Amino acid sequence: MIPMNHYLLLSAVMFIIGAAGVMTRRNAIIVFMSIELMLNSVNLTLVAYSAFLGDVTGQVLVFFVMAVAASEAAVGLAIIIALFRRKQTVNLDEINLLKW
Amino acid sequence: MTFEQIMFYVLAAAAVGSALMVVLQRNPIISALYLILNFFCLAGIYLTLHAQFIAIIQILVYAGAIMVLFVFVIMLLNLGDAQALKAKLTWQRMLAVVLVFGLLMEIVYLFTMPEATTAVLDVDRSIRIGEVEHIGTQLFTKFLFPFEITSVLLTAAIVGAIFLAKKKLD
Amino acid sequence: MIPYTPLLVLFPLVGFIFLGLFGSRLKNETLIGTIGSGMVGLSFLTAVAILVELLGMPAEGRKHIVEVFDWLSPFTDSAGSLAVPVSYQIDQLSVLMTLVVTGVGFLIHVYSIGYMHGDPGFWRFFTYMNLFIFAMLNLVLADNFLLMFLGWEGVGLCSYLLIGFWYEKKSTGDAAKKAFVVNRIGDFGFIIGMLLIFSTFGSLKFDTVFAGASVLSSGNTTILWITLLLFVGATGKSAQIPLYVWLPDAMAGPTPVSALIHAATMVTAGVYMVARCSLLYALAPTTLLVIAIVGAATALFAATIGLVQNDIKKVLAYSTVSQLGYMFLAMGVAAFGAGIFHLMTHAFFKALLFLGSGAVIHGMHDEQDIQKMGGLKKYMPATYRTFLIGAIAISGIPPLAGFFSKDEILWKAYSSEFGSPLLWGVAVLGAAMTAFYMFRLVILTFEGKERFDHHHLHPHEAPKSMTLPLMILAGLSIAGGWLGIPASLFGGNWLEHWLEPVFAPANRKLMLGGHEIHAIEYLLMFLSVAVAAAGIYGAWTVYRKRTEIAERLAVRFRTLYRVLFNKYYVDEVYDAAVVNPIVKVSNDYLWQGFDVTVIDGAVNGSASLVGRLAQVLRRLQTGVAQTYTIAFVTGILFVITWLLVQ
Repeated sequence: MIPMNHYLLLSAVMFIIGAAGVMTRRNAIIVFMSIELMLNSVNLTLVAYSAFLGDVTGQVLVFFVMAVAASEAAVGLAIIIALFRRKQTVNLDEINLLKW
Repeated sequence: MTFEQIMFYVLAAAAVGSALMVVLQRNPIISALYLILNFFCLAGIYLTLHAQFIAIIQILVYAGAIMVLFVFVIMLLNLGDAQALKAKLTWQRMLAVVLVFGLLMEIVYLFTMPEATTAVLDVDRSIRIGEVEHIGTQLFTKFLFPFEITSVLLTAAIVGAIFLAKKKLD
Repeated sequence: MIPYTPLLVLFPLVGFIFLGLFGSRLKNETLIGTIGSGMVGLSFLTAVAILVELLGMPAEGRKHIVEVFDWLSPFTDSAGSLAVPVSYQIDQLSVLMTLVVTGVGFLIHVYSIGYMHGDPGFWRFFTYMNLFIFAMLNLVLADNFLLMFLGWEGVGLCSYLLIGFWYEKKSTGDAAKKAFVVNRIGDFGFIIGMLLIFSTFGSLKFDTVFAGASVLSSGNTTILWITLLLFVGATGKSAQIPLYVWLPDAMAGPTPVSALIHAATMVTAGVYMVARCSLLYALAPTTLLVIAIVGAATALFAATIGLVQNDIKKVLAYSTVSQLGYMFLAMGVAAFGAGIFHLMTHAFFKALLFLGSGAVIHGMHDEQDIQKMGGLKKYMPATYRTFLIGAIAISGIPPLAGFFSKDEILWKAYSSEFGSPLLWGVAVLGAAMTAFYMFRLVILTFEGKERFDHHHLHPHEAPKSMTLPLMILAGLSIAGGWLGIPASLFGGNWLEHWLEPVFAPANRKLMLGGHEIHAIEYLLMFLSVAVAAAGIYGAWTVYRKRTEIAERLAVRFRTLYRVLFNKYYVDEVYDAAVVNPIVKVSNDYLWQGFDVTVIDGAVNGSASLVGRLAQVLRRLQTGVAQTYTIAFVTGILFVITWLLVQ
């Protein structure tokens, strides 16, 4: 049997990779994908706990996380499209109107 | 090593590998494809946990809908290799790597706690709770309110996405 | 009538407020002048009514206190706490002073209607004059030190306002500032004296203080300091050595101001104060000696300067300083009544002389240099005659007023236990010089050849509004002295008897004997008249008959002449020793060193520090979302670490 901390470690590694992607990449879409990666790692943790503790609440929560992630992806991509229309770029370094 | 264990480790390796590829690829399309692979691996891992419903939903929603959306947008914006940007090794990049490494260490420390290492998976129970009927029952009884609110949220998302992305008719 | 005492100060106060608010809108000069003079006149009539009422009372019962309202009241009822009401004391001395102030003041107000005619600040003049009368009356009528000090400061303020009346000229403003600042130095001494009084006696009311003092014995050190400090204030206000330097400069103001403030009233405030505190001074013989010496020295010193001045008003200014010296000499030899007597007569003839000089200046179209005058007596006969009467009075020729008052001072300077023949000698020498320089002034101005350009300058007599007060004052200069004819000349010396109850406590402390008649007194009287006559004769000779003597003396004693003409260079010495160092310290250390560097530096420095800090910190706002993400993650890292460590 697979001990629980294996699942948790896997989730941690995926989360870290996603965080690194968010902080490092300059392409906005790649950043979004990294965010999805992070969300998925959290999903994995929730499902693992749900299975090991025998409580279904974790899986229901995952269900909702997925729903929210879907809508968030939709809106986020719409924003990127609107931004692209404005500035013809998705390079995050150039989207800095809030600069001092 | 049972079949399950082998499957888990293979799928885990694939998941981590594809995640790395997602972050490191220059071309966004390739990144998207690797992400799809990652989702499939995750679905497999859910199955090892006997979470059937979630696994199917993962493929349907994430890999089937969200990634399709991503690919559509990438192709719509016509990014491709032409938009390849030179990656500078700025102090932010280095700091980010350091930070995530530190974060990893901490999380590893947390997740190697005794409670996590000695838990045992109750197979029958987890099969039972992972069934579609069971989750459906829970959704429509105990979690009805969030369920309905989620539909409102999705409506709002639809409206927002359309509004944001449409061409302004001047 | 006595309960109506507050009216005395209310009339001029109303005049001040009314003219201050509406004066600029009233175009009719006569109206403004009538209101201003009328208010003072009403005060005078009230004072006369009070006097009449007092005369009807027995000598011991002539002191009354009228309280108007509580000014400072203590929070607790403990003894020694500061309770200062606004209340006025009516007694023989204050009524006398009030009559002098309002009477002479009224005449000068009327005179000013003519003198200030055509001046654009006509209403402002009468406003300030009324305020002055108000403050002066507060000073003489107060029944406590603090209210007296209010009046003291108030007259200083009005002096500043009125000296600097024609403020467009810088030298006038400077003179006003000088007067105020020098006064202030004296006031500092006065304040310390008041503080000592309060800490010693626990109250500032005259009655309480004098009651407390009457049980003390002579030679008390605290009283010594109190009296000395109060006297410092008096030297400032009454222009004695060393704080007299402001009075000659104060002649930059209009002549009625010089007459009222710097001859008849404000400068006498110091003398009044010493008289009022006679009991305290009686307990400090050392201070009395100091006062006598300062008074005599000032009398002689100022007279020597007055000998060679060429500005008609400057001569009179130094004469005022000199005559004030006589009053203080009287105070210093414990002849308080004589000092007040001379104060009164001096008010009459000095005001007369100043107003007369004003008429001359007015008629000579603002010429003040007597070397450019001469022979004016045929153009201004009324002015000439009244001026001459004033000159004779101040020289001390009987039976005019100056003789009786000055002679009493000279006699007391010689005969009193606190006097000495030396003081008498100095005073007599001063008297000789007084006669000399006064008649030098008369001769050079009115007699002899005309030294002005006859074709361009047409001197004319002053209008009735100016000559009428001159004549009234001339009458007072003649008759005023008859109030104090001494017993040796078979007079009743009414003034001395009138004032006796006021100075009785002091006299008891001093254990002075009664006034016995000595043969020496007649001898001294004769000598003083002879000396005065000699002075007059000398002036006549030098300036009228054999004018070449003047030039020869000026050449032979060239250095002495220059020293006298330049007022012994006292102003220059003060400038170098006091004024310039203070200005330099203030400028370099206090202003540049402290205010600019430290305070401004701190304020501006903190602002620029914040600015520079902001410059550095704003680099955090890159505008790129990923930077913020990195910040998040850093924070999360720290929080988790901290939680793990706990």
